[in-house]
Amino acid sequence: MTERNRYPGYDVLAKRHSLSWNDATRKVMDARLGVPREPRFLRQMEWDTLVAICERIIPQPQNRPPIPLAAYIDQKLQNDARNGFRNAALPPQREAWKKGLAAFEAEACLRYEHSFHNLKERQQDELLHRAETGQSDASVWSGMDASLFFSEHVMSDIIAAYYAHPTSWNEIGFGGPAGPRGYVRMQNGRRDPWEPVEAGPGDETRVRRENQRVR
Amino acid sequence: MSDDPLITPRAVHGRAPDVFHPGGWVPMKEYPLREPVDFVVIGTGAGGGPLIARLAEYGYSVIGFDAGPYFRPLEDFASDEASQSQLFWTDERLVDGANPLKMGANNSGRAVGGSTVHYAMVSLRFRPEWFRSRTLLGYGTDWPLDWREMWRYYVQAERDLSIAGPVSYPWGPKRPRYPYRAHEINGAAEVLARGAEAMGYKWAETPLATVSAPRGDSPSCVYRGFCRVGCSTNAKQSQLVTYIPRALAAGAEIRDLAMVGRIEVDAAGRACGVHYHRNGAWHFQAARNVIVAGYAIETPRLLLNSATDRFRDGLANSSGLVGRYLMTQSNQAVYGVMDEMVRWNKGPPSLTITEHWNYDDRKDFHGGYCWMAQGPLPVEWSAAMSGSRKLWGARLREKMADYNHQVGLKMVGEMLPHPDNRVSLANEKDRYGLPVARVTYSWHDNDKAMIQHALGEMQRSLELVGAKDIWRQENDTNHLAGTARMGNDRKSSVVNADCRSWDIPNLWICDGSVFPTTGGVNPSLTITAIALRTADRIQMLQQTGQLNF
Repeated sequence: MTERNRYPGYDVLAKRHSLSWNDATRKVMDARLGVPREPRFLRQMEWDTLVAICERIIPQPQNRPPIPLAAYIDQKLQNDARNGFRNAALPPQREAWKKGLAAFEAEACLRYEHSFHNLKERQQDELLHRAETGQSDASVWSGMDASLFFSEHVMSDIIAAYYAHPTSWNEIGFGGPAGPRGYVRMQNGRRDPWEPVEAGPGDETRVRRENQRVR
Repeated sequence: MSDDPLITPRAVHGRAPDVFHPGGWVPMKEYPLREPVDFVVIGTGAGGGPLIARLAEYGYSVIGFDAGPYFRPLEDFASDEASQSQLFWTDERLVDGANPLKMGANNSGRAVGGSTVHYAMVSLRFRPEWFRSRTLLGYGTDWPLDWREMWRYYVQAERDLSIAGPVSYPWGPKRPRYPYRAHEINGAAEVLARGAEAMGYKWAETPLATVSAPRGDSPSCVYRGFCRVGCSTNAKQSQLVTYIPRALAAGAEIRDLAMVGRIEVDAAGRACGVHYHRNGAWHFQAARNVIVAGYAIETPRLLLNSATDRFRDGLANSSGLVGRYLMTQSNQAVYGVMDEMVRWNKGPPSLTITEHWNYDDRKDFHGGYCWMAQGPLPVEWSAAMSGSRKLWGARLREKMADYNHQVGLKMVGEMLPHPDNRVSLANEKDRYGLPVARVTYSWHDNDKAMIQHALGEMQRSLELVGAKDIWRQENDTNHLAGTARMGNDRKSSVVNADCRSWDIPNLWICDGSVFPTTGGVNPSLTITAIALRTADRIQMLQQTGQLNF
């Protein structure tokens, strides 16, 4: 996948030792970047399905290391870190994820006679879309509301994990951690020197040089 | 011993954290368990915080309990959305109804200081007529409080919290100028101002509880923009850095990581103390008065969980109204994209406001609403783009790349009270073995009419400033209120104007759950004003022999 890089050369991690980061921030970011890449809560089969789902919910570019989304979901389940509420129609999140992953796998086998992670992207999207719109095969979802599972867990957990990662901040030009230094220039169109520059058509080289100086 | 504030209590051994100095401590009085204290206050947020401070300053012995940790913001708070969810109440709650609420970030807190540790600091007064909305405006129910008296307590709260706001506020009766000058507005806030002017509406800098100049050990706000996941500089005037230090200095004790599971009632039917879980075991603290300040979910949950043979339906519940008339506020938004770079995450998220539709009654629904500028951080923004706009896949990443050009207007709207919107107990138990709350919520026709009106208005405002790719976030709600409403008689309310329960004379409820209606502004300043009044009333009642202990 090739796509225009809006903030070429910008790396929020280059600010790690600047006044925009404090010790607490460095500690949590180190932990985030060091997430275990192997499943601890999910079994291999569930993990394979989850990895494939993550790749469809947030397809990532090939030219940088991917954000290990499945690892964050597994970590969340391993720690049983909850969101503070649960739709009464859904089971607790560990059970919901296990049921949901099993259902996607079962539906893949039923419909295409292959494991979910071996399906073509188009087929995977089709199954995800069916779940999203409540058209899944109810027999494989063992009573769980597929559409609710899709919005409350598949979308919400995976997308939150992606935008909690510094790599995603580089691509949207988010300044990232900002304490204790904060910001000075508040008006539209004004940039603090520790914020990234956005590239327009044709000025990528100049902008890249500027962004490499952002600290 | 661990220094993880989520695992080991910090307010012990006669000292509590000095939140202004890394590694520092301040002395703290400690009370014995068996000796009844004058007041136990359960919850240390917008209601509990000022109560603990004022009651201690009046010379009463007071212990403030909080289920959450005692944070040191300068050391514990990262500039990070995901990890700072440590400030939210993330224990399970079940949600159902036609419009199940989303709990957590917007409407809960679990820390000394409560949700004021992570709120957006918006500090607004109610429109005076809302205290008599049934009589004057024809909806909801009248409060037992007089707006002129509330106006005096708003002044006190605004001083205590060093509110930064405009020199003259354009709506409602005259009020004194705010203690601190208004903050400079950011690009996103300027878009609100231009849109309002194009519509012929007034706008103002939002009165905020973060200082625009140093105050004591609090430095000026540095516009980090992480306000809603905790202020790591102490510019934010949360209860944790205002009333709680005052309370300690006046001789109150704070018990952090102390979950109150049950209020004990004696043979005479009076509250006599609380059972709480701390350091892995249950303890009992004796008290002459118990004040519940746990907000609209935990307050009714505790009252219901404290049922006895004598009070089978829970404490203070002879009216049957504990848990009922839960209200949230509609929090719909309209977003758009500007050509220029806005960088909406800089500074507090809601720097400008228009209260136009709180004060203009020419509309075909009851209640009012305001809207404010927005500046969500990436995780929150992606949740809106996925949860409300239903984007995923490549299209989500593409739209997220507009982050720095994004602007938005978000309403805070008055939902009307309905008895079927409620908090009850579920069969499931939490980690303490206590039944969890079930939160049932459905929007009614008036709520829906207001939301449509507001979405149309906010969309027009964004169109007038030239925003593109405009879309409506139709499903968000935020602050809570109700579930232990105050009133003038014991049949139709749980507490009286003094936040004193009708059924048990030494049991008090003082937080957002006493609101009979919720108004079209953020509730925290009103909660604090009521708490300040309650402290004064308690002293007055005792001095005049109407409260004996």
